[in-house]
Amino acid sequence: MSLRSPLGRVLGAGAAGDGVRHWWLQRLTSIALVPLMVWLVVSLLALPSLGHATLVAWMSQGSTALLLILLVLAASWHSQLGVRVVIEDYVHSSGTRTLCLVLIGFAHVLLGAAGVFAILRVAFGAPP
Amino acid sequence: MPTRPLSPHLSVYRMYRYTLVTSIANRFAGLALSIGLLLLVYWLVAIAGGARSYARAAQLLTAPLARLVYAALIVAFSYHLVAGIRHLVWDTGRGLERAQSQRSAWVVVAVSIVLMLLIGWRVWLGGTHAP
Repeated sequence: MSLRSPLGRVLGAGAAGDGVRHWWLQRLTSIALVPLMVWLVVSLLALPSLGHATLVAWMSQGSTALLLILLVLAASWHSQLGVRVVIEDYVHSSGTRTLCLVLIGFAHVLLGAAGVFAILRVAFGAPP
Repeated sequence: MPTRPLSPHLSVYRMYRYTLVTSIANRFAGLALSIGLLLLVYWLVAIAGGARSYARAAQLLTAPLARLVYAALIVAFSYHLVAGIRHLVWDTGRGLERAQSQRSAWVVVAVSIVLMLLIGWRVWLGGTHAP
């Protein structure tokens, strides 16, 4: 039995060479997130308190802001890739699935942008 | 629906196999961490909004029920981190034999439980951590 769909057989289209893109980006972001997440957890636990002034002082350091930006971007990307597969697996109606994928895509871009904007705002001197 | 096999077809699996349990747990942990990302960004935005906005967010973030959420996130983070590393090892082509993967499943569970306890201990018994 051939596993190719009837449409695929008619079109005769071969691999676009793009099949590993999702897999590759998922691995890339996961490798980045291992040290970044460990850094975040250790840093937060090492802070004397989670009061506003302490956090602003912490986030005003260039290295903190930079690592936080990388973390938010990698995590948003990784999360989008993961949630996408769950939707593709369990939402079977194609209209609902497309709608879910669009919403999830937008939501993750919004999360990433809002996170980066917030980090920069503090790093460059937020209102008290 | 097409007649060719489509994944996943849950009804044909035995649900208690370690392969399936470790895999679905990783997926649930990942989904939980997506909620965690939402909370992280909410927290960052609240910090950027100034002391007043942070105080308002802190009311929500320190609610008694929030502790339950943090506990779940610590469990999810620990498991997803360790199980994710197992996946990265698999990607190099190593550890795919049945005996090896059975053993690594137990290693993942054990190491992630240690990690959970370590983080939980540091968060709740390590000292002054209320915002």
